Amino acid sequence: MANGWFRKRKEEPRNVPEGLFTQCNKCREQLFTREWERNLKVCMKCGHHHRFSARERIELLIDAGAFHELDANLASNNPLDFPGYAESLERNRTKTGMTDAIVSGAGTLEGIPLTISVTDANFMMGSMGSVVGERIARAVEHATERRIPTVLVSGTGGGARMHEGLLSLMQMAKTSAAIARHHAAGLMTVVVLTEPSMAGVLASWGSLGDIILAEPGAMIGFVGQRVSQQANVSKVPADFQTAEFQLAHGQVDVIVPRKDLKATLARMFQFAGTPRVVTSDPVAAVTA
Amino acid sequence: MASFEDFERAISELEGQIEKLKRLTREQNIDRSADIAELEAQVQRLLTDFYTRPSGWMRTRIARNPKRPFTLDFIRMVFQEFQELHGDRCFGDDGAMVGGLARLNEDWVVVVGQQKGRDAQERHRRNFGMARPEGYRKALRLMKLAEKFHRPIICFIDTPAADCTVPSEERGISEAIAHNLQEMFLLRVPIIVVILGEGGSGGAIGIGVGDRVLMFEHAIYSVIPPEGCAAIIWKDAKRGEEAAEALQLTAEDAVRFGAVDEIVPEPLGGAHRDPDAAGRELRAALERHLAELTSLASDTLTGTRYARFRRLGEFVELSTGTAAS
Repeated sequence: MANGWFRKRKEEPRNVPEGLFTQCNKCREQLFTREWERNLKVCMKCGHHHRFSARERIELLIDAGAFHELDANLASNNPLDFPGYAESLERNRTKTGMTDAIVSGAGTLEGIPLTISVTDANFMMGSMGSVVGERIARAVEHATERRIPTVLVSGTGGGARMHEGLLSLMQMAKTSAAIARHHAAGLMTVVVLTEPSMAGVLASWGSLGDIILAEPGAMIGFVGQRVSQQANVSKVPADFQTAEFQLAHGQVDVIVPRKDLKATLARMFQFAGTPRVVTSDPVAAVTA
Repeated sequence: MASFEDFERAISELEGQIEKLKRLTREQNIDRSADIAELEAQVQRLLTDFYTRPSGWMRTRIARNPKRPFTLDFIRMVFQEFQELHGDRCFGDDGAMVGGLARLNEDWVVVVGQQKGRDAQERHRRNFGMARPEGYRKALRLMKLAEKFHRPIICFIDTPAADCTVPSEERGISEAIAHNLQEMFLLRVPIIVVILGEGGSGGAIGIGVGDRVLMFEHAIYSVIPPEGCAAIIWKDAKRGEEAAEALQLTAEDAVRFGAVDEIVPEPLGGAHRDPDAAGRELRAALERHLAELTSLASDTLTGTRYARFRRLGEFVELSTGTAAS
């Protein structure tokens, strides 16, 4: 095979600059990094959707210059004084430049005003503690008050963050409460499940969209496969806890390739009858 | 004390001796009352030592004790009438979640709760109290029935976790829990939640939204089982004892976090030593809270319920960083 030469990184010649190629996590194809990034980190060969950070997701979905981050000043105070949590937070903050596993804010998507919350698996597996729960609740309430839609994008593999104990479990109820009111006000909530979407997040806001979209191949499920296998006598299906499995079992409305995600969301909000913002200052329109 | 099991064994041995002495007194008319009194005092002392604010790990053992009264036991003790209703009207009837119509004095209510089993056969039938999607959907169906007829709802929580097998995943266990969370905030009748024994993560909160959340003294309420937490953090499930302390899963902790409003006291030695006493405490607490809640207007109820959960969480607001609205 032609790509066999690239497969062993050690054998790469010195004149290939670091990062010029990126190997697909799934098919192992060596991809030209710049081209792969232009392709939204989707493998040109097999179509595998590599993880997107919360910032990348916002950039993909929100109109240029039309995003206003909300509540970026919220930070965990390690309420249980949980062993190793302070260090873990510090390490993840340095690694990602984020204060916690979420970016949330208000903006426009193809001119449609909305709020958006995106969890990021790069920060403690995107797990939900008090900060993630509070920012989601505030972003949803912000949308309810302004009578605009809200988008929730899950990149959460860790579920409810155990380092904040029962307080994390309560975030499941809190976020669901905010969404319940948004629904009751006749407004549209769309959930986008990306790799990975698991556990306490899937069992709360991750399942509460009027519409639930998923990215191809994303891991979506209640508990990790290893746990399920331990608990199971029956054999685990090959596609267990993938977006495709969840679609086949009626839990997901549509699987949407990343390149089509923004247009698909816009179509949902047109259906919901959300008027577009016609202004030179979209940020003011969604934050005022 | 080495372990909960050792302790329980020591207590039952002492009680066996007391019984034997009492029998001797009866049958042979030998007065052993001084010995009996001494042994009884010893039992009381041991129980008082052990059951005065036990550690998180000990409470985990107490909460999981198969002799502890379960949901159906409490239903029998608390209510004068109970008519069980089955099925989610969609897929099946989950033995791990029971529910029905119950009468507390003059008031009819809907009661739902996870049910564990005592012997092997019953445990299997009840799936160890791990409810499946159809269990959560049955619970919600019954809660909506309560709403239709303006009856309060009482939820009894006693579950290690929700069922996480392939069939439950296929039928949308996450969706079932999430949907309950959302809908319970909109129900226009009073909801009282009681954590009887194990309050296990998503499986617990799936019927855990209420206007009042009560918790038995030795029950636990946790985001993850201590063994699971230890397995993730220290790669060693045997360090559950340490994890139980770190997780702060006792009733006192839950009150401190604001997740629980009131602790229901247990008889000395835990609810399993005197189930009737535990049942009386629970009934008195339910009567008191029902009286308060039934006098409130629906809008007040749902508004207060929202505010109650909305404020849960602890964080700081840094002065630096992007301005919030």
